[in-house]
Amino acid sequence: MSHPENNHIVPYRTYVVILLTLLSLTALSILVTSFELGPIAVSAALLFATIKTTLVFTYFMHLKYDQRIYAIMVSVVLLVFIIVIVITFLDYSFR
Amino acid sequence: MSQPAVHTEHFDATASKIGMWLFIFTELLLFGGLFIVYSVIRFSHQAAFHLAAEELDLVMGATNTGLLLLSSMTIAMSVSAIQFGHKRFTLFLICFTILIGLVFLVNKYFEWSLKIEHGLYPGSATLHGLGNGDTLFFGLYFFMTGLHALHIIAGVSILGWVLVRVARDQVHATHFVHLENGALYWHLVDVIWIFLFPLFYLIS
Amino acid sequence: MTIHQGSFYENNGKYKGIMAWITSTDHKRIGLLYLYSIATAFTLAAILGLLMKLELIAPGKTIMDAKAYNGIFTLHGITMIFLVVIPGMPAVFGNFMLPLMIGARDVAFPRLNLFSWWLYVLGALVAISSQFMGGGPPDTGWTFYAPYSFRTGTNMLPAVMGAFILGFSSILTGLNFIVTIHRMRAPGMDWFKMPLFPWALYGTAWIQLLATPIVGITLLMVVGERLLHIGFFDPALGGDPVLYQHLFWIYSHPAVYIMILPAMGVISEILPTFARKPIFGYKAIIVSTMLIAIVGYFVWGHHMYTAGMSRTALFAFSILSFLVAIPSAIKIFNWISTLYKGSIHLEPPFYWAASFLFVFMIGGLTGLILGSLATDMHVHDTAFVVAHFHYIIFGGVGFAFFGAIHYWFPKIFGRMYDKGWATIGWIIFFVGFVTLYTPMFYLGMMGMPRRYFDYLPQFHSWNIVSSFGAMILIAGLVIIITNLVRSARMGPIAEANPWLGSTLEWTIPSPPPLENFEEIPTVTRKPYDYSEIS
Repeated sequence: MSHPENNHIVPYRTYVVILLTLLSLTALSILVTSFELGPIAVSAALLFATIKTTLVFTYFMHLKYDQRIYAIMVSVVLLVFIIVIVITFLDYSFR
Repeated sequence: MSQPAVHTEHFDATASKIGMWLFIFTELLLFGGLFIVYSVIRFSHQAAFHLAAEELDLVMGATNTGLLLLSSMTIAMSVSAIQFGHKRFTLFLICFTILIGLVFLVNKYFEWSLKIEHGLYPGSATLHGLGNGDTLFFGLYFFMTGLHALHIIAGVSILGWVLVRVARDQVHATHFVHLENGALYWHLVDVIWIFLFPLFYLIS
Repeated sequence: MTIHQGSFYENNGKYKGIMAWITSTDHKRIGLLYLYSIATAFTLAAILGLLMKLELIAPGKTIMDAKAYNGIFTLHGITMIFLVVIPGMPAVFGNFMLPLMIGARDVAFPRLNLFSWWLYVLGALVAISSQFMGGGPPDTGWTFYAPYSFRTGTNMLPAVMGAFILGFSSILTGLNFIVTIHRMRAPGMDWFKMPLFPWALYGTAWIQLLATPIVGITLLMVVGERLLHIGFFDPALGGDPVLYQHLFWIYSHPAVYIMILPAMGVISEILPTFARKPIFGYKAIIVSTMLIAIVGYFVWGHHMYTAGMSRTALFAFSILSFLVAIPSAIKIFNWISTLYKGSIHLEPPFYWAASFLFVFMIGGLTGLILGSLATDMHVHDTAFVVAHFHYIIFGGVGFAFFGAIHYWFPKIFGRMYDKGWATIGWIIFFVGFVTLYTPMFYLGMMGMPRRYFDYLPQFHSWNIVSSFGAMILIAGLVIIITNLVRSARMGPIAEANPWLGSTLEWTIPSPPPLENFEEIPTVTRKPYDYSEIS
């Protein structure tokens, strides 16, 4: 048996709904950043990107339906990466 | 038993899938390194980046974003399709995904050509004349989108290989981890673009 | 070579001779391929080291000029770091022993494993080719610092691309081991019944996987600087050379944990066996291993204290560096406690493991001097640093490697080496090692810089002592290696479990048969359980 843990087949409709959500978020991100937001422009843009990425990971890449070990690994990897960026900015922000 | 027989292990699909996820982590960190570079350089060249980004074509960028998101949906659907036993639909979805990938590359080609025509490429005199902020912005632009394009080519190749195996019934409803893995790789390529798009196109 | 009937040395594929080896997907053969390649690289780099010490035996030019010296210390570093110590333990002993110790027939992806070795060979050839092309051997040091690495006319591209390819070899090995450990443990061997060397390989594999891509992309950016002038690290174009250092060390600090974690794992195997006692604090060692792996990601800035970072960063890195020392110290306490009230059996693997404790402690404590912001200011870029990292890498990883080869030699080759010569070799090597590196601590504190082919006259006498130490060390090496090579061919036949070890690799014949286990065992005992072994 190929996938003892994955008996659940995701219906096509779920994927269509997620795509429509992603496209809406993309349009929204373009709209929001067309205003003069100054320094928070980057944060706003990245926030949208993060939400979209979370949707892709959770639904398209199946993390929601798979064994938890995958989601745990993804979280740990992202956490380590974020900490590395934060520490790097301990240098640049305070120079 | 004194004579060991040749042992053929049952194929471990979970091992294969974990392996692909681990590979995806390495790719995330590869681009993560570039993300660190972008963040640091942007931090010290805010205004210049703001201006330089206006040179980029938002419509092109948004179109490419929409295309990749669509292709992510189609390849995700193909994994359901193969489990349902809808072989023809699976083949169609994979082909469609590949096609979108190729369209993306064509768009990229046109975008880049336009920039290069205007002298906006790494090492050009025009760029040098525009100052450090522009030099670094376009250095990052070409380096990051170029590396991403290489990964699109890799993704298209992988999906092409999977397509052949589906056609030959070597990948089917009870043995489809290779399609899953190909799809995972394609989603990775999409996720990278989801971040590249705002970093270069949305900050003007 | 030993050929025992029914062992993995028998060819049963379609190839014979060397082809049967370089096309083999058998983890045992791949482990040996790595052993021979790495031993070759080590020999080359050791000779380079000896040449450096000969140059440094007197002030001024002794046997080479500055340019040649720069090329030699660069190649010495590139070879030792990327071709010997980073692949070292995982590629040789990880490949050979991991499946055996967890009761598996091979690793998860055997063909990928062979591919990793081929990448190693390719990367090595590309890197070495940098010595022979037009521009001259690279002279940047193995650290390739910007902006010199893209301003120098020497052959940077092959060196950097070679390192990039080698990085992939490392990544794929790590990937393979993670999946192997997750999926291929024998029935009954849950995570906390797994021995400590596989645990060490697990932590190491995650670092290989997650840290190496960062140096990969950094090296690609160096190529981008040289070829396209992208400017990220170029002050003339608005970039920041310190950014290069950040990215480089974000990998290269975790890289030292790639080096040391498997070494620590081997010590955790050897000490219980020769003390006939379970390891003290099995779970504490596991937790320490994972803590070192994780916290090790956050300390890289201690290589950059004088580079020009903000005060906030300086303080943060200093504190974090102290934190990462704690789990290593915990392991030292656990190892010593393992020996306490044990039944010590004096054999060559034990000598290496015991002396490891000594050299690792010196390396680690001097690391604290370097990790501490205030003291590092005085010794950064001096011979003190060189002494520290040789104590911890050559001492730590090197001693563990020799310990491992003397421990697992009978299992791998089916023969035993001459223990008398092994002991003599160890003594001479140890004396040479301490004589070579200890004076460098003092020289560094007195102000002798590193990576210079010349020095002030007041440093002369201790340099003589140090260079003599190098010669003694080399003599010890020759004895050790000759003993091992000779014994592999004609030593007395060894039994399956000459050391009365308690882990799974000792339950199968020496050398192992092709598929390791006739029947995959079901594990019930905890590791290092000596109650059933006399």
